[in-house]
Amino acid sequence: MRSIHLRLATALACTAICLAATALSSALAGDMVPPEMSNGPRFIESDGAALYRATCQGCHMPHGEGAKGAGMYPALAGNPQVATGAYVADVVLHGRNGMPGFGYPMSDDQVAAVVNYVRTNFGNHASDPLSAADVAKMR
Amino acid sequence: MTNTTNEVDNAPRNSVTTRRQVLTFAGEVGGVAAMYRAMTALGFAAESSYSGPINLQDAPKGSSVLILGAGIAGLVAAYELRRAGYEVTVLEYNRRAGGRAWTIRGGDEYAELGGFGQTCEFDEGLYFNPGPWRIPFHHHAILDYAKRFGVALEPFIQVNYNAYVHGRNAFGGKPQRYRHVQADYQGHVAELLAKAANGHQLDAELSREDRDKLLESLRSWGALDRQFRYATNTNSSDRRGYAVDPGGGLMPDAVPSEPLDRNELLRSRLWRSIAAGAEYEFQSTIFQPVGGMDQIAMAVYRQVKDLVRFNARVTKIDQSDTAVTVTYADAGDVSAQPRLATADWCICTIPLSILSQIEVTAGQPMRDAIHAVPYAAAFKAGLQFKRKFWEQDEHIYGGISYSDLPINRISYPSTGYGQPGKGVVVGSYVFGPNAFEFSAMTPQERLREVLRQGAQIHPQYPDEFENGISVGWHRVPWTNGCYGLWSDQARNAHYKNLCQIDGRLALAGEHASYLPAWQEGAVLSALDVVQRLHARIKSGH
Repeated sequence: MRSIHLRLATALACTAICLAATALSSALAGDMVPPEMSNGPRFIESDGAALYRATCQGCHMPHGEGAKGAGMYPALAGNPQVATGAYVADVVLHGRNGMPGFGYPMSDDQVAAVVNYVRTNFGNHASDPLSAADVAKMR
Repeated sequence: MTNTTNEVDNAPRNSVTTRRQVLTFAGEVGGVAAMYRAMTALGFAAESSYSGPINLQDAPKGSSVLILGAGIAGLVAAYELRRAGYEVTVLEYNRRAGGRAWTIRGGDEYAELGGFGQTCEFDEGLYFNPGPWRIPFHHHAILDYAKRFGVALEPFIQVNYNAYVHGRNAFGGKPQRYRHVQADYQGHVAELLAKAANGHQLDAELSREDRDKLLESLRSWGALDRQFRYATNTNSSDRRGYAVDPGGGLMPDAVPSEPLDRNELLRSRLWRSIAAGAEYEFQSTIFQPVGGMDQIAMAVYRQVKDLVRFNARVTKIDQSDTAVTVTYADAGDVSAQPRLATADWCICTIPLSILSQIEVTAGQPMRDAIHAVPYAAAFKAGLQFKRKFWEQDEHIYGGISYSDLPINRISYPSTGYGQPGKGVVVGSYVFGPNAFEFSAMTPQERLREVLRQGAQIHPQYPDEFENGISVGWHRVPWTNGCYGLWSDQARNAHYKNLCQIDGRLALAGEHASYLPAWQEGAVLSALDVVQRLHARIKSGH
């Protein structure tokens, strides 16, 4: 049983690797636009979607669906707490439990942009955007 | 303390004010003494307090301890408590022991949060340590467990003078040899200081005799010539290497090499990467276990194997005046019936990032502490290449090349030198914003980007790459992050409360230590807590 599983897994893995190798070599040949990445201790991205991809997405996942393992990451999609802009901004600035705060690596503009993005995507429909000035007051 | 942005090994860049920023600031404004005081206050320069094996004895007959987590802290606690005579049970979420002392080898499967799966395709004998990968000589406790259980160690090459330092805007983006940057930076600084001393600009600071001694030392330290110049000659080439190396017989005469231009070198900022190996945490000798970092944890695990229950996801930790009751369920099965484990005492080593989401019966101070520690982001990638081009083409045997690209560094295997066949390098190891960015990508996107960037340092990458695996620590299902990121404010407010025994519950792990992210911190924390718990039990309180 174990060996069958192993063989199957190996076959699947080989397929995946061949696909990966093809994609990787074409990427290295230069036909791909490299993603925007930061340079130094602060985030370089400026619009909300890019900031979400760079920061939140690692844990809260590409569609704000969250994740579960030994612990969990809360979903941002359809999360009633997201309705309160000040709450989201506070969590982004100062962190919560194991989540680090982003007050240092993000400017007021960046915090406002990513908070507004989360609050108007993933099925969230906030109509009261935060401004950078609002964020500045919460630092 | 280095003021760097690209060599941040265990101090992350994303907290409000990182320890290292505080120290850098203290060093800049107050000199070394102020920095040392600051370091001591932050617990960073403390000596390891390990003073040899502990020997607990005479546990009250029938008394039991439940340990949560079979990482290095939990394993050490289990080993020492059983030796003392306790009845010990260990619950572990994973299907293996070791926790973050983790080595990935060919055939291993790793599913990260979000459902992204990877299968490691490395050849037999090759491996990648996504977590800890080196052990300083002064981490006495973890080294002692390695010694007691016969785990072979070998040197981890931290500083390799023939590796590269690379900056996107430094020297036209061409990687420079560490040796050249190190020797030339030191040589140029020595020459400038000698000029100032010879020009009587330091006379207010130095007596004539002291000035002469300084000049003599600068000549030695900076490889200056008789005129106190750092120039193209054998003095400098004995440090930075020759344009044509000395040979034998009728081979061409040796030709000295030309130092890098001083001002261009200063502007390049490549000097940021040459201080890491001088730090206490990374000084020679620094070790790795032969065959992978999990070897020490595995050796302790073999001692307590019969005590460990795998696949156990803890959902609740409750205690009364007489017992601790832990609720857990099958980790792979959401509909599994919860099960209970009870014991007289409990040592919990679950990372705070997870523990803060579990219902815990404890006093407010401990509960506040559990919720006070954010977890650092870190990212590592392991890449298998068809041949060891770094050795064969570039004469780089182990060590680390540094870059200001998001990959931050490339580390070459500190083992198996000169052996034919394939090799695995660490293609990226980074904290801070880049770690978040890499973690947020799919495993395939990460590899693509790690390869694209690494090819700027090693053009052999596209032809030689075979396969790779990456770990973004915030997507690791059992840690939700890399390690406890204590700010000094949080430490002042909560650290002691985290470490105090609360009723029948005590915590241990790297997060309950002054050596965050290091296995030594986890081991010292475990040793400290089992001794305190044993003393309390023996005293009958």
